[in-house]
Amino acid sequence: MSLLKDALEAGKFGITAEMAPPKGCDFTEQMEAAELLKGKVHGVNVTDMQSASLKATGLGLCIKLKQAGVEPILQMTGRDRNRMALMGDALSAAAFGIDTMLALTGDHPVVGDCRDSKPVYDLDSVGILQMLTDMENSGRDCGGNPLAGNTVDKETGEITDKSATPTFYKGASVTPVYEPLFLQINKLRQKVEAGAKYIQTQGIFDIETYKRFLDAVDKAGIKTHIMAGIIPLKAAGMAKYMNENVPGIDVPQHMIDRLAAAAAEGKEKGVKGLPAKLGIEMAAEMIAEIKAQGLGDGVHIMAIGAEKNVPIILEKAGLSI
Amino acid sequence: MIITQKKPIEEVMALVGDAKTVAIVGCNSCATACQTGGEAQIKELAAILEQAGKKVVATTIADYCCMNLGVKAKMKPINAANPDCVICMSCGDGVQCVAKNAPTIPVYPSNNTMYLGEAVKFGVWEESCRFCGDCVLGQTGAVCPITQCAKSLVNGPCGGQKNGKCEVNPENPCAWIKIYERLEATGQLDKLGARRKDKGYGDFAYPRTISLRGKK
Repeated sequence: MSLLKDALEAGKFGITAEMAPPKGCDFTEQMEAAELLKGKVHGVNVTDMQSASLKATGLGLCIKLKQAGVEPILQMTGRDRNRMALMGDALSAAAFGIDTMLALTGDHPVVGDCRDSKPVYDLDSVGILQMLTDMENSGRDCGGNPLAGNTVDKETGEITDKSATPTFYKGASVTPVYEPLFLQINKLRQKVEAGAKYIQTQGIFDIETYKRFLDAVDKAGIKTHIMAGIIPLKAAGMAKYMNENVPGIDVPQHMIDRLAAAAAEGKEKGVKGLPAKLGIEMAAEMIAEIKAQGLGDGVHIMAIGAEKNVPIILEKAGLSI
Repeated sequence: MIITQKKPIEEVMALVGDAKTVAIVGCNSCATACQTGGEAQIKELAAILEQAGKKVVATTIADYCCMNLGVKAKMKPINAANPDCVICMSCGDGVQCVAKNAPTIPVYPSNNTMYLGEAVKFGVWEESCRFCGDCVLGQTGAVCPITQCAKSLVNGPCGGQKNGKCEVNPENPCAWIKIYERLEATGQLDKLGARRKDKGYGDFAYPRTISLRGKK
């Protein structure tokens, strides 16, 4: 059963990493990073054409990871697939023993790199979660038909044994930096009601903002497991770019200044990679602080192509699974 | 109203092709308001066609190109003139209705049909309804999430807004923030708590016919 579920439901601090499939069919780099992550995280969250940028499908990489002994988490967005395609992929995932998933609405194709692609959005994040929950509860597909292997009473049509139905540990995402926050909290409630058992946040860069968000979730009476999103910064320019272009990201100026100072220091000393090194330090500090203060239930590290750094960050933060 | 835009004239001329005689049918309703199919645009197109060596043998303007009975009467002189082709300056609905009433003559559109829109001021039309067939405006403060949200999200916003603007087109406000503001202003924020039941698309397979006369 889901490693992440086991951890979170047992009250352990959950740790997940994120990984994107390649824009191609050579998974070598991903599998090398996966080797480094083995035994260090409760799951590797495989993105579903993040930022609407075309990649190999997440299910493919999830299967590869599973076969390599790394727990995959299948991200599913509603952007490219209608309910039939999503459910079909969920069934295929289950056939390979993939039992943890994350539902997202998905970035719109026009902000991505294949902008002529037709947006689907048959279901949004809430809809995907509800569809899978309904499947698990009923033993039936999205059209109400019994899944193969379940026992149906021929007279009544009732399902008397639904044990052939796959179950998933389902998650969703939330954006804590959002005005009005009421709208995010309200949708978070719907995600939890629709079956999300864990929630990963957009990148957190300010602990006070994260605290205020957790308070708002508490006040709303929403019970779920919240994992803070951690994005290791690589340079001041990256932070500025994200502040300007990525919704829900707000890197404080003092962090940008520290990264810029590191770059200047590196230039002076003729040493490369100081800002990225500092970014690793800052991510580790943030994770350690979140853990020490007991904020939420875990962390989700989005290293954006630098997955090999995740074990280093975890080590520096003093975290293991 | 149905918002139309003129096709590039080269595209219209390519459709006309080798035809020597042409008739033009305009539309006195939406296309007139959009300045794509009124009297003035008919004259304009006729002049272009004549300049290109075509003979405009007949023109007419229907009150509504989408109303079969009215179109039928207007098409009598057009059919009598027997042009090589007809150019219809209405929405796509009108073009099809005109074509039904010109059984042996090719009918070509001069416009692209864009959306159901509101004339917010003279010369400006905003898309406002996508004919989803299951109106949610009663729950969303009379702001349509199907149309005004680029992802047609019905359960609240995605995380993609930046400073209240949509990730898809930063000129557009996030529909769900508009919905929130409207519901707050009308004291109906509690409506956001209610989940919308997913009705799916099974009952919306097209083309559809609605008849007040019972069966078609």
